[in-house]
Amino acid sequence: MLVAIFDARHDLPPTYRLCHRDQTMQRFSGLSLLRRGLSGHRDWQPQWRKAEPKPAYDAVIVGGGGHGLGAAYYLAREHGLRSVAVLEKGWIGGGNTGRNTTIIRSNYLRDESAALYDHALKMWEGLSQELNYNVMFSPRGVMMLAHTVHDVQVFKRHVHANRANGVDNEWLTPEEARGVCPVLTTDGIRYPVLGAAFQGRGGTARHDAVAWGYARAADALGVDIIENCEVTGIRRDARGAVQALETSRGVIQARRIGVCAAGHSSVILRMAGVRLPLESYPLQALVSEPVKPIFPCVVMSNTIHAYISQSDKGELVIGAGTDAYTSYTQRGGLHISSHALEAICELFPMFRRMRMLRNWGGIVDVSPDRSPIIARTPVPGLYVNCGWGTGGFKATPGSAHLFAWTIAHDRPHPINAPFTIERFREGRLIDEAAAAAVAH
Amino acid sequence: MLLIECPYCGVRPELEFVYGGQAHVARPHDPAACSDEQWAEFLYWRENAKGVHAERWRHTHGCGRFFNALRDTTRDQFLATYRVGERPPAASSREREPQP
Repeated sequence: MLVAIFDARHDLPPTYRLCHRDQTMQRFSGLSLLRRGLSGHRDWQPQWRKAEPKPAYDAVIVGGGGHGLGAAYYLAREHGLRSVAVLEKGWIGGGNTGRNTTIIRSNYLRDESAALYDHALKMWEGLSQELNYNVMFSPRGVMMLAHTVHDVQVFKRHVHANRANGVDNEWLTPEEARGVCPVLTTDGIRYPVLGAAFQGRGGTARHDAVAWGYARAADALGVDIIENCEVTGIRRDARGAVQALETSRGVIQARRIGVCAAGHSSVILRMAGVRLPLESYPLQALVSEPVKPIFPCVVMSNTIHAYISQSDKGELVIGAGTDAYTSYTQRGGLHISSHALEAICELFPMFRRMRMLRNWGGIVDVSPDRSPIIARTPVPGLYVNCGWGTGGFKATPGSAHLFAWTIAHDRPHPINAPFTIERFREGRLIDEAAAAAVAH
Repeated sequence: MLLIECPYCGVRPELEFVYGGQAHVARPHDPAACSDEQWAEFLYWRENAKGVHAERWRHTHGCGRFFNALRDTTRDQFLATYRVGERPPAASSREREPQP
């Protein structure tokens, strides 16, 4: 089984082996798997330490999801920061990283978004090799269905805009859509499928492995990953700059603080007197009982609202739209998930008798233009990576990479320079309401 | 599904209602006189409270009227509903501490 999980096709660059610990990180390779398999898999070491908080760090990341762990990894790996911590109030990858539907694509409309999301998609393509950890990136193709004339016009506009930006996206007729996904029903339903936009480089990845892979790689570079550590306050000096974090595990000094707290971004930033143009909503997802491979791609329908793919374990992974009202409860209304299932049963009647195993909610931070904020804040030393709303997972490596760059240089990377807080005052919105594909 | 008390019709299931966002956000009388900050504040900045939140609802599939509510966003529990034009009830219901 481990062979399926760990990828060992490529050697890592030599710098990766520079390890602060007396014991170097155990690397995964075909040989190491075979050797430990023969000895009953008894001599694997823990993949990261359970770190205790130190009194001070050069930089602290608040939030141990993929974005936060990745940012810490890139701070250590690309910017040479030796003293970095990630604070997580629960367990790493237990928030939206572990609650999303793992869809990856970059077919966003605006030039700024295409650059941002395609930066991430290009990083996904080499991430397993980079981390020596199989994140199971599977570019199986993402198909977005058009059910109305308006959908057709919007998606064709996306296809043209994407191609002008060098992002693959193509228009499929209903017949071609069925060719990509043979179990799809296109006719005889309330909203027939009039066509689809298809991004072949899109797909899915294993969400937990993204958190674990970044955690393991960051830990090997000396990053302290501190779980069960909730931030309760942000201390600032006379100049207003950040000085320290008050946490449930004591005060931690840091002159650079990066917040990757998703639905709780507003709560954390308010501790430093910064208000954000965000609202937090529950977003629900479900998985079915596992079945044999039946579903070859990702299918999304914005209009009748559902999206679906099949995990390598065999479960159908289904996403709903956001709930109607703001909430921090990590659960949502049953009628919202029922609505998504009705759409799935309409498009794929063969799934009508499938049983759902679990459903859950995550709290997503929705920005007014459905685009993220990766930026400095008005408080010196405080940076924020938020506003990913319903679609943050797909951007994980790119977001983490650019956020680390922004923290290290105290200015944004050219790719995330447009994604400021101030854009809402300046009227420079990056409207992705259509590309976000999840009903809000 | 939540049960919501419309101040005009009484307790009804959530499906009859539509959420209308944060309450008591007044549109500036003279938008042209607003600074960029004031206009952006009106358009985009919301409380996003973790705890008691004053918000608008509309009883779309009932009397059709808008009203306001206080809801604890950590539990989705409605603490009070009140009519448009009324001040949010500041009484005991509002002072209840949200549970973690």
